[in-house]
Amino acid sequence: MSKLLEVKDLKVSFNTYNGEVHAVRGVTFDLNKGETLAIVGESGSGKSVTSNAIMRLLPEPHGFIKEGQILLEGVDLAKKSMKEMQKIRGKDISMVFQDPMSSLNPTMKIGNQIMEGLMKHQNMSKTEARKTALELLTLVGIPRPDVRINQYPHQFSGGMRQRVVVAIALACNPKILIADEPTTALDVTIQAQILELMKSIQQKTDSAIIFITHDLGVVANVADRVAVMYAGKIVEIGTVDDIFYNPKHPYTWGLIGSMPTLDSNDEELFAIPGSPPNMLTPPVGDAFAARNQFALEIDTVMEPPMFKVSDTHYAATWLLHPDAPKIEPPDAVKHRMQGFAQTGTKGGGKR
Amino acid sequence: MTREKLLEVKNLQKHFAVGKKNTIKAVDGVSFDIYKGETFGLVGESGCGKSTTGRTIIRLYDATGGEVKFNGEDVHGKKNKAELLKFNRKMQMIFQDPSSSLNPRMTVLDIIAEGLDVHKLVKNEAERKAKVEELLEAVGLNREHATRFPHEFSGGQRQRIGIARALAVDPEFIIADEPISALDVSIQAQVVNLLKKLQKERGLTYLFIAHDLSMVKYISDRIGVMYMGNLVELAESDELYNNPIHPYTKSLLSAIPLPDPRYERTRKRISYDASVHGTDSDFELREVVPGHFVRCTAKEFERYQNEQK
Repeated sequence: MSKLLEVKDLKVSFNTYNGEVHAVRGVTFDLNKGETLAIVGESGSGKSVTSNAIMRLLPEPHGFIKEGQILLEGVDLAKKSMKEMQKIRGKDISMVFQDPMSSLNPTMKIGNQIMEGLMKHQNMSKTEARKTALELLTLVGIPRPDVRINQYPHQFSGGMRQRVVVAIALACNPKILIADEPTTALDVTIQAQILELMKSIQQKTDSAIIFITHDLGVVANVADRVAVMYAGKIVEIGTVDDIFYNPKHPYTWGLIGSMPTLDSNDEELFAIPGSPPNMLTPPVGDAFAARNQFALEIDTVMEPPMFKVSDTHYAATWLLHPDAPKIEPPDAVKHRMQGFAQTGTKGGGKR
Repeated sequence: MTREKLLEVKNLQKHFAVGKKNTIKAVDGVSFDIYKGETFGLVGESGCGKSTTGRTIIRLYDATGGEVKFNGEDVHGKKNKAELLKFNRKMQMIFQDPSSSLNPRMTVLDIIAEGLDVHKLVKNEAERKAKVEELLEAVGLNREHATRFPHEFSGGQRQRIGIARALAVDPEFIIADEPISALDVSIQAQVVNLLKKLQKERGLTYLFIAHDLSMVKYISDRIGVMYMGNLVELAESDELYNNPIHPYTKSLLSAIPLPDPRYERTRKRISYDASVHGTDSDFELREVVPGHFVRCTAKEFERYQNEQK
């Protein structure tokens, strides 16, 4: 598989009145052609900042890339000027945001908003762009595109608006599509439609998707690989099966344990105690130690490196060190992992 | 086991006027009972009328029609001040957005004690403070938090303050309108565990309104599914998930992504098409299996019953 995007030791900070907020503290990952990488984590874990940094959408100069490289097919995006980035955004990398109402221009017809990118990046004439826009609207499943193309965003429902945003993002056949919580504001049935749409388009265009979400159900649905972020770092990364059936990091255990399954009953949910650390003063050692019931002494002194679990699976926790005590995940989580395995073998039949 | 009805909702309607001519029938004839000590979940997509139902029950809206009985007493209709106070004390609400439901200019102490003051439940300042501190500890916060303001807390902590405020007047019944939707996953679990613990300790009855079906399933004893202002299906939560009958419930359940990749690869979504109900219009909530109600026509009722045999 060819590496499309390589993010190397990315560090992003924000200057605020209270001091420097270390939002992303050394993130490294690759993205291959045609695959979907999901980034999960709580709010404030740095997942959105990471994606905004890739798009260079940070509010510079307050928010800035402190260190690291973002290599798109070998070219470092972190060193590009704003002018050069404008040629890349929408063409090579495009983005779908959480709230379709605030990412569409309320004073512009839908058609013009889709055609804008086509005319700028692909030098299409107005008639060509309009023809492509109609095709795109059909592709994302909007009925009667010839009427809809002349309407304004407020005339669309939430799900339809998000389809339009997807159409704009796909207009120039981007190599990478970054979707930042694209379905969080939508109802489950609409969410399912948008996810199906994104998957079918990915199959047709072979573009790579970075999918940012905190909903593990959505992750299981769309992702090939998963990166779990906590306090500005990736704490565990692996294929979707690695993360759900063989999680190694206690934070991943917590995330999985805190979601009720449909066949779970009265056992208490495995909640992660406390709340995430303040990134003005990131904790020394393992940032998760304070909320981790399995924390070792070394966790408060030294940061754990990425330990290799398998060729595809890495986790940053001292529990994987050969000298560490053998610790099993909590029962609630284990039960869930087994439960998952069962529903899996049942073929997801009747629920 | 005979169960005592705490709340009876009968043919509740709430219509909103839109302009001069049109009305929106947000809630259009909803009936259900809630038994003492249980958690009744109300689910549905946005705009289905689930929040309006909750808000009408607690009199935040005046009902257009129908009745709500709490402990056998009519909630709506004329009431004098003393009756209203008594009723308000027994029924409390927890809101979705903890930052907009707490007054930013009041300290946590005053926010939680407001109900105590209104109902004159404490005699002096010391007693007031002691009661608030006790409540703060019950919801997992510290005594020291009493003097702070809402903006100093995280979302999860604010929701705990909202819960403490609801508990202050010792209610019997709490309406929780999407209490966890605005919170992070790990914090959601904390709040849900807290709600369950409080229910056990204090014998509370909940009406839990949410769109996250897996969380509703987890916390509720019985669940009602709403669609377009109507209750389309009502059953025990396990029964509803294992044996959904109404096509809308089926489609809703099939749309939930579960945190299980193998299951997700094989999940098939069923879409709902209202035309399956045919042209008959004698829709009614009918009991297909004991305790399992479905809104259907007489013809459908017969078919559903045959399918269940």
